[in-house]
Formats: sequence, structure tokens, C-alpha cells
Amino acid sequence: MERLIHLDDLSVGIEAGVAAPTPILRGITLDVQPNEILGLVGESGSGKSTVALSMMGYLAPGLELFGGEAIFDNVSMFDLDRKGLEALRGGEICLVPQNAGHSLTPTMTIGRQIEESLALHTDLPPADRKKTVTDLLSQVRLPSPEQIRDRHPHELSGGQQQRCAIAMALAGRPRVLLLDEPTTGLDVTTQVHILELLKDLCRASGVAMVFVSHDLGAVARISDRVAVLYAGELMELGTSSEILKNPSHPYTRGLLTSIPKMDGARIPEALPGYPPRLSATRSACAFAPRCAHRKEICLNESPPLHRPANASMVRCHFDSGNFPHSSYQGAPRPPAADNQMQKLLELQDLAISYDRPGLLSRLTGQEDKQRVLTVNNLSFVLNKGETIAVVGESGSGKSTILRAIVGLIPPCNGSMRIEGEEALDCITEARSLQCKKDIQMIFQNPDSSLNPRKTIAEILSAPLQLYFDMERTEAIDKASELLESVRLTRDYLGRTPDQLSGGEKQRVGIARAFAAQPILALCDEVTSALDVSVQAAVLELLSKLQKENGVAYLFVSHDLATVRAIADRVLVLYQGRICEIGPVDAVYKPAFHPYTEALMEAVLEPDPDAQSHVEISDIVETAPPDSGCPFQLRCQRKVGKICNEVAPPAQSVSGHTIFCHIDRDRLFQLQDE
Amino acid sequence: MIAGGTSANPVEYALPGSGRSRFAGIMIVLRDIISRPVGAIGLFLVVFHLLLAVIASFIAPYDVALQNADRILQAPSWAHPMGTDSLGRDVFSRTITGGRISIIITLISAVIAALWGGIVGVSLGLVGGRIDEFCMRLVDAFLAIPGLLFLLLIVSFTGGGVYALIPTLSFFNGISVIRIGRGAAQGVAVKDYITAARVRGHGSRFIIFQEMLPNLQDILLVEWAMRWSWMMLAFSSLSFLGFGATPPTPDWGLMISDSREFLTVAPWAGIWPAIFLSTLIIGINLFADALGKALRVDRQQGVF
Amino acid sequence: MLRILLRRLVMAVFTLIFVAIVVFGVTEALPGDACTAYLGKLAQGERLSNCQSELGLDKSSIERFVGWSGNVLHGDLGDSLKRKRPISDIIAPRFRNTIILGASAALIGIPLAIVLGVIAGVYRDRLSDHVVSGIALLAMTIPEFVIATVLIFIFAISLKWFPAVTILPTEASVAEILPNIILPMFTLAFVMTAHILRITRASVIDTMSSEFVKMATLKGVPFRRIIFRHMLPSALLPTINIVALTMAWLLSGVVVIEKVFNYPGLGTLIIQSIFDRDLPLVQAIALMFAVIYIAVNLIADFLVILLNPRLRTKVSAGGG
Repeated sequence: MERLIHLDDLSVGIEAGVAAPTPILRGITLDVQPNEILGLVGESGSGKSTVALSMMGYLAPGLELFGGEAIFDNVSMFDLDRKGLEALRGGEICLVPQNAGHSLTPTMTIGRQIEESLALHTDLPPADRKKTVTDLLSQVRLPSPEQIRDRHPHELSGGQQQRCAIAMALAGRPRVLLLDEPTTGLDVTTQVHILELLKDLCRASGVAMVFVSHDLGAVARISDRVAVLYAGELMELGTSSEILKNPSHPYTRGLLTSIPKMDGARIPEALPGYPPRLSATRSACAFAPRCAHRKEICLNESPPLHRPANASMVRCHFDSGNFPHSSYQGAPRPPAADNQMQKLLELQDLAISYDRPGLLSRLTGQEDKQRVLTVNNLSFVLNKGETIAVVGESGSGKSTILRAIVGLIPPCNGSMRIEGEEALDCITEARSLQCKKDIQMIFQNPDSSLNPRKTIAEILSAPLQLYFDMERTEAIDKASELLESVRLTRDYLGRTPDQLSGGEKQRVGIARAFAAQPILALCDEVTSALDVSVQAAVLELLSKLQKENGVAYLFVSHDLATVRAIADRVLVLYQGRICEIGPVDAVYKPAFHPYTEALMEAVLEPDPDAQSHVEISDIVETAPPDSGCPFQLRCQRKVGKICNEVAPPAQSVSGHTIFCHIDRDRLFQLQDE
Repeated sequence: MIAGGTSANPVEYALPGSGRSRFAGIMIVLRDIISRPVGAIGLFLVVFHLLLAVIASFIAPYDVALQNADRILQAPSWAHPMGTDSLGRDVFSRTITGGRISIIITLISAVIAALWGGIVGVSLGLVGGRIDEFCMRLVDAFLAIPGLLFLLLIVSFTGGGVYALIPTLSFFNGISVIRIGRGAAQGVAVKDYITAARVRGHGSRFIIFQEMLPNLQDILLVEWAMRWSWMMLAFSSLSFLGFGATPPTPDWGLMISDSREFLTVAPWAGIWPAIFLSTLIIGINLFADALGKALRVDRQQGVF
Repeated sequence: MLRILLRRLVMAVFTLIFVAIVVFGVTEALPGDACTAYLGKLAQGERLSNCQSELGLDKSSIERFVGWSGNVLHGDLGDSLKRKRPISDIIAPRFRNTIILGASAALIGIPLAIVLGVIAGVYRDRLSDHVVSGIALLAMTIPEFVIATVLIFIFAISLKWFPAVTILPTEASVAEILPNIILPMFTLAFVMTAHILRITRASVIDTMSSEFVKMATLKGVPFRRIIFRHMLPSALLPTINIVALTMAWLLSGVVVIEKVFNYPGLGTLIIQSIFDRDLPLVQAIALMFAVIYIAVNLIADFLVILLNPRLRTKVSAGGG
């Protein structure tokens, strides 16, 4: 078998300093063949980026080669001198970095950076380079490449930056393209565009790709073969359909079942536990502590990588084809609460703006004219014990709504009421203690939401002491109860956040919110910063707490699949304006609002056979249009002038409300075309 | 990683940085400082000078003010290991006591400066908006004038002697600390845990003292050390210019100034105080450097 | 871009107004007034009231501040109490001398500091870094008057290359001043180099660990080219501002250095005027120092805005 890149028993780790040398990668053996796309999947800390970069002979500062080889086209990359590496890197083997915004040199124009690659790695005469740059930029489907060429990176949107990075990599005429999480951090609709682009490039130019990602959905969409990494070890390696349809390793299986599905209204089954921390030695299967099928031998011996009959390469002591497939279909969503119809939170014609009118416009009385309304005309009612999911891409104003409800920014128009009486249009400081207690917030990023200088006991005591005037000992007792309710032990009381994993931190964040015994909890993308295998457990926990406490959730997310599992009703938001709102089952069935349709298309399910046909453009809008439909610029089903001029009317379609100019009957038909 | 342990007593968890764990924390930081050559030297120099300032009067062989017309500008000998100055005073006795007044004044002033500047800076960083904008203009204005000028002016016009320097040094250095504290606080103020505390309904005092300062204390500690070093420089400059310590008092800056006339004939009268002064300031700087590294404080801007 | 420039200019003017208030306020807050301070024990009777009416001390402080700042705007800094001459006449030649000293030190110090700082930063933790950083630390921590005294001892007393102190009249021509300027200039340049070097080094180290330098490495860009094309433009930009901010510290150093060498600049003058308790002169010189500081910072701001593509272009699309 021809192979372009061959990793042979590669081990990489942290230099031996004071402590024992700690491996990051343990004996990775892996091939990349010409013309194929190899997906490298793993959670944070699995070493997937390290694997990809070592194919270029690069180790991050502080890392050291412990053993093994990385061979590219019969050249051992770690034996090359600087000159040799310079010649290959950016030429035959190119990198597309994770965050193009940080990886493009800020002081050079896009054109100059691409020209640099051309100058270094091709024999193109200088006169032709400009033309080639333009060609490359149009090859990655950037609009008006001549203009982009003269721009600096900061003048482009994230998606555009990523395309430029791809163009720069293509400039070296590579045989292998290493893609290090190239779509992470991009909006879902942009992500689909980039994946399609990469796939087409591979097909057209025959370049091989190594696609590193934490997202099985993205990997499924693009890869021919998939390698699954866990804690620095290769757990499973096989074709896309082997890995994604018929996985052998218990970890791969768990990972697949823990991903929320678009078709099931159930909370997916969570993988128990958390990924292991770095350690110097390992004498067991790395996955054993989380494995449902573990036996005695799993804890005492490292399993070898072997190939069972008719299956992928797998690192497991057992022929896992024999493991029974879990019959568990995910936890059912909690039944709608009895007090469903009691109104809890009412928003009426809410408008929010971050612009403060300047002194001049205030004097001339033109306050409202120039203000950009981040959110406008927002009305909905949240009932007691209900979950409404607010879905939209970045810039849709979904988090802004939460900030207004907790009083971080006052609305500039409209009203908010909780339990029919207390008005919420004042800032937090002006609210009653009861009101502050009733509304609690759970944050997206667990690293930032817990004070690193406090113990978990102190973090959990703060709301208890504030709202219930508890004595310290009493608060500590209550805090350990709270920890148990989020399935952590009281041992955690004395720890500080840096001793916790991401999933554990998020549980503490949830416990802190529930310490106040709220009636409304605002969840701001609570799972998106977590590893896939931990996300489902957090969803399951939120659902359990809702059952126990009858709390209502306003659940903000960019991911329609996640929302499906937990929401009673869904609200789709674009540029701060409602596109569609209705019960979850109705929203996920035709007829769709054109934007909802686009979001649905953009959901990447881990299915290698899925085809996407994105139709909306991925331009980034920074402000909503002055008049008409908020989605007019990107809408794939635009009717005509009316979309630009008149705000779309609300239409009631089979239980949900759609704001669109297209007739309801026509909306149904559109799906079939 | 400072706290820890899995003791079963719940009350013990609750004590924020309770006695034992805070002590353990200090020990960890100290060990880190000593483990770096730079830190070990710095700490040694600082401790050496502090100890010397305390015990100097007990080990000084001569009265620091005792003049002896027979022994003017004598070269180092067994009787006078560092020689004598132009008034026949023992340079060794004067040099080892010569840091006392400046160390006392600058240490106290640096603590006050770091405290008031830190609290004001952190508050400004949290509050933001127009008040912050206005205060920063005022801070800029103070920083636009060389600090030494204010010191000269106030010392010479108030006539309060060196002790008038304590409020003056603290005030003007505190203004520099405001800038640092505010910058650092702005980084912390955007964290979700601060938002969480605000949304929960805690007052500004709780947020500043309970949530923000614990995260900024390291930066302020390093800043304190840098301010101390700056003040030592400023104080000795003042003495050198004749505005600091007054003549019979032994003080390094003053001794160097006095010895300049006799530099060619009796360099020892100036060299020793210069070495002592310089080693202390170097020591403070090395210590501050290692402290910053041990606490992982990123302080890019050097001394100013 | 023009808007940003204008905004900086307005801010500088505001700072200057605040400086005037601070200078005036601090002198006002001192015990007694300009006349009692100046006259000392003689401050009584007719002498005192003459002096006070001459300075307009019978009016309220606000009236005097308005009057004083109005005059300053017209270039009239008032008269010196001691020298009985217009302050602007006294300051002008001294101002020139200080600028000559500062500018020549900067001319040597800044390029040297940047070159050494970049070397130390790029070759971090190697021998060259340790040597350069070590010397810089010494230069920053050893008081200027000690450095100056050492230089005098070596170059003026032992080697007799340069004069130890200046014994020239203030109005001496530039050619006459030149040999006298060398030692103070080197002292100032030494201290200045140390400060700027440390800032540059830190910034270089920071930029060397950035994603885009890593990307350039992985793009096969040769090391030299990475340093000069990718790293340095980003690393040096922020140092410009910080360097300008260290001016306040360096100006304090100028005062001490001028005094040590008896150099006829603003520094010796302000010390003399403080000895003389000549408050109007003190105020004027303090204001001059602030003007220098603000001007340097303004120039730095403008430079950064002109050089930084992020600020040069207004368009900025949000990420995502």
C-alpha cells in the first residue's frame, strides 16, 4: 500500500524537568495515503493536534520526542535540519491552522502572505505571483479576490480568514494538507461551506488531507478514514463507515451515542466520568475507568492494537463485536409540568441596544434614530417549569436577551415581567433580593465562571449566605448537599476550580445557580465549551434538576440538535429578531422558516452518507438591516422587494409561528422541491 | 494548587485561605523564588539589608556621628575597615546604618501606595464609564510631571523633614499603581464569575474585595516590590541632591554626595555606600522579578 | 484614522489642562504662599504686601489660576522672584540645552536598545540574553548619580578625556557645550537603553510565542525572514507607546544627571529655583517638563496609529 505519511510508534511528551517525563502521545502508528482524507478525532487533551503537527516535524515548545518516527515521503521529519524542514513545510506539506484570525500575520496583507508562500515554494516568476494569488483566493470561493488581496487579516470575518489560510496553504502546491480544527469557532452555516470547499479541493486536486477535529459530525462529513484518539493513544482506526456506523471500541461507541440527534427527542446517553489527566505512567487501558464492559484485565494491562475480523483496528482486550449494543435509547424528556400554563416570564415588544446615545444626539433629541437595535420586537411568554430554547448563530442577540433579563443592560423599549408582577426593566442593582434570587444564570465557559481563587465551598456559600443569610457551617452543609445533587462528592468542597475538569466545573456552576432555588434559570450555551462525551451528562443533569425543582429554563444555543433533546419550545433568532417560535416537534418539521431550514441543513450528524446542500451564503452581517426582513441578505428563498421593505408578518403554521413573507402553503411545498 | 487536602471537617473548607493553607501558599512561593538563582540572590540581598538595618546599631564599632579631626580621610585599616570620611567619621559604621532611614520610609510608603493605588485602580477598572475616564485623565496628568519634582517641591516647602516623604511618596506612587491595578482589573472584570456575582446581587464592596482582589493580589504584590525599588532610588536621589536625610544622619545618598569632593583622595568614603545602596536596589528588583515569575504575574513594563 | 488622531490630540490637550491644574494645585496646597516661602523670615510688613500684590496673591486662587493659565497661553510665564527677569527668557536657553542632551541620548540609546532588546528576546535564555539583560538590570537599578560618579571617576578624573562638570555659561553655543555633553549624555543613554531594552525584549518574547510566528515557521519561512517580516513589526509597535510612557521616569533622571554634571539645563534650574523658593519659576519648569512628556507621548501615539494597520483602516468586520 502506498503511503505518503507514516507515523511509526511515535511517542511525544513533556520534557523531563522536576517531575517524571510525561507522555502526551503513546506509540502512535498511523498512515496517510495519497488522495485520502484522514479524520483524526479526539476530545481535548487526546493529543490529536500534536499528532498532526508532528507529521510536519513540529513539536510545541516544551514537548520532546520520546521515541518513534514521523516519515513523510521516505524522509524522517525529526531527522531533518532546519533547511530541510523549511523546504518541506508550507510546500509539500501544509498546515491550515485552527484559528486563522490569530495565525495570519496581522501586519501583512493577505496578498503578501500568500505571495510569500509562492516565492518560497514555487518557481513562479515574481511578475505572475499577483495573478496566482487572485486565482487562489477565488479557488477558495472568496468574493472579490482582488480586494481581499489588499486587506489585512483583521478586516476579514472569521470564515474569510479561514479561507485565506486555506489559500495560503494551497499556494505551496502541497501533497498533504494538515487541517487543525479548521472549522472550530466558526458559525454552523460557515462551517458547512468550508467543509464542502475542502472536500471539493481534495477531489479536484488530489491532495491528501489530515482533518483534525473534536466534532464527529464534521469528520463524518469529510473523511475517508477515521482515527480515534483517546488520552494520547490510538483507540480505533478504520474507514468512515466502519467507525461511524459500526464502531468497535467502547469509547467510540460511547462518543457516538452521546451526540444529540436531530431525529430523537431524547437526551442522549452520556459517557460516565471524565477523560483522564496527564500522568507519567499507564499500566491499564486508558478508557477502563469509564468503560461499561471493563473486566479485571482492563485495569491491569494495556490492550494491544489489533484487527478483529471484518472490523476496524481497535485497541481493546476484547473482540468488541461481541459486546451487546446498548439498548438504551437516551433518557426521555421530562413530561410537561402540570403548571405548564402558568405564565412565568413575559417579554413584550422588547428592544435592546448596546449603543449609548452620545451627548450631541441627546441634546438634539435624536436619541433613537442612529441606535443599532441588537434585539427588537421580541415578545414571548415562558411558562412555569417549561424550557424554551433560543437558537441562532453568533451575533443573533441570543445572549443579549439573557443579559437583559438578568439586568445587565436595560432594555430601551418594551417590557419584561416575571410572575405577572415584578417589572424587570431595571438593572440588577435596582431589583429586589427576591427577584435576583428567582432568576439565576449558568454560563458558557466553566473556566471563566468560577473564581479561580476560591474553593468550591466558598463559591457555593456565596449565594446561600446572600439569599438565605446562612451561617457558615450551615452553608457548608447545604453546599455539600448541592454537590450531591449535581453528582459530585463532598470531597470537592475544599478544592479550587483549577483542580477540576471542564465538566466538573460546569456542574459546580449549575450547583451555584440552584443554590438560590431559582424559578427561572438562564442557560447560556452551557454545553458548547465542553467535551462531547461530557455534554450529554450536563443535559441530563439539567433535565433531572428541572424535574426535581420545577424550574423553567431559557436555554440559549447555536446547535439545533442539542436543543431538540431538552426544549419544550424553540425560538429561532436572527439579528435579534424572531424568525420562528413554536413547540419543538412543530419547529423540527416542515414548514420551516428559510433560516431555520438553513440551520437544519448545517447540523452535522455523524453520518458518513449525509449530503449537505447549503444554499445560504456565509457572509457575516454586523448590523440588522434598516427595514424589512432581518434575514433578507442571506435568504435563499427571497420573494422580492417586499422582503427588503416590509417587516414579515407572523403566520401560524401547524402549531408554530413563522415570520416570513412566503405564504404558509408555499412554505410547505418548498421543502419538497 | 495551594489549598487542598481532603479533610472531613467541613468548617475547615470554609476558611478562605485559612491560616494553614495561606502559610503553605507562602512557603510554596518562597521555595519557587529560592529555586531560581535570580530569586535566591535577590531574596538574600533583601533579607541581608533588612537584617543589617535592624542590628546595625548593635554591631557598629563607632558612633555614626562621632567626628575625629585626627583621622580625616583615612584609608581602610583594621581600626576602620572602610576608612574614614572628611570629618573623620567611621565609614563602616555609617555605611551599615546608612540604609535604615530610607528603608523604613520607603517600605512603609510602598505598602501604603500599593494599598490605596490598588483599591482605587481596581474600583476604576470595575466601574468603568465616565468616572473612570475622568480619573484616568487626572492620573495621566500626574504621571506627566516627573515624580521627583513633586518630591523636591513638597520636601523643601513643607519643611516636614524626611517623614513628610511618607505621605508624599505614597501618594504619587499610588498613582502609578492605579494604572497597573486598573489595567489588571479590567482583565478580571470581564470574567463570568464577576458577572455571576453582579447578577446574583452582591454589592460593589463584595465584588471588589471578595471576587476581584484575590485575583489581583499577586499583581499588586509584585507592584509593591517594584514601587519599593523605585522609592529607594527616589529617596537616595533626594538625599544626594540635599533634600532628603539631613546631615548628621548617616544615609547612603547623602554620604555619596558628601564624598564626591574627595573622590580622588578617598574613594572609599563613597564607594561603600554606593555598593550597599546598589545591592539593595538590585536585590529588590531581582526579588520582584522572581516573585513575579513565581506568582505567574506578567509584568512587561519594567520599572517606571 | 483622522478621527483617532484628532481624538488623541484632544486628549493630550485635556491632559495638559489637567497638568496645569495639578501644578497650580500642588503649589497652592503648600503651606504659606509664594511670597512667605520666598521671603522666609523677612516675610512681614511692606515687603510682604508688595510682593503679594505683585504676584496678585490678594486675589482668589481661581482668579489667579485663570489669569496664570491665560498668560501661559500667550507665552508669558511671569517673572522670576529671585532673578527679577521674565521666566521665558531664563528658561529658553536651558530648555535648548536639555533638549540637546535628551535628543542626543535618545539618538544613541533608542537604536541600541532596540537592537539589543531584539537580540535578547529572540535568543531568550541564551548567553547573549543573560549578559544583555544583566547589564540592563544594573543600569536600571543603580542610581543615576552613582553611575554618573563612576563615569566621572573613570573618564574625567583618571583618563581626563572629558570635563567632569560643566563650567560654561547657560547661553554658551552648541559647539562649546559639546565636549561637556558627552558624559551626561552617556549616563542618560545608558539608563534609557536599559529601560527600552527590557520593554523591547518582553514584547519580542511575547510575539515570538504568538500563533502567527508559529504559522510562519510551519509555512517554511526562513528564520531571518520570520524575525524581520513577521515578528518585528508586531513586536515593536506596542513598545513605542510604553517607551513614551517611561519618559516621565527618564525626565526625573535628567534632573539628577544634570545636577551631577552641573549641566546648564532645566534640571539644574529647577533644583536651584526650589532652593531659592522661587515658586513662579518652579511652576513654569514643571509645566515645561509636562509639555515635553505629553508631546513625546503624542508623537508616539501618532506613530503607532500611522504604522498599525489595525488603526489605519477603519473597517473592521467582527469575527465569526
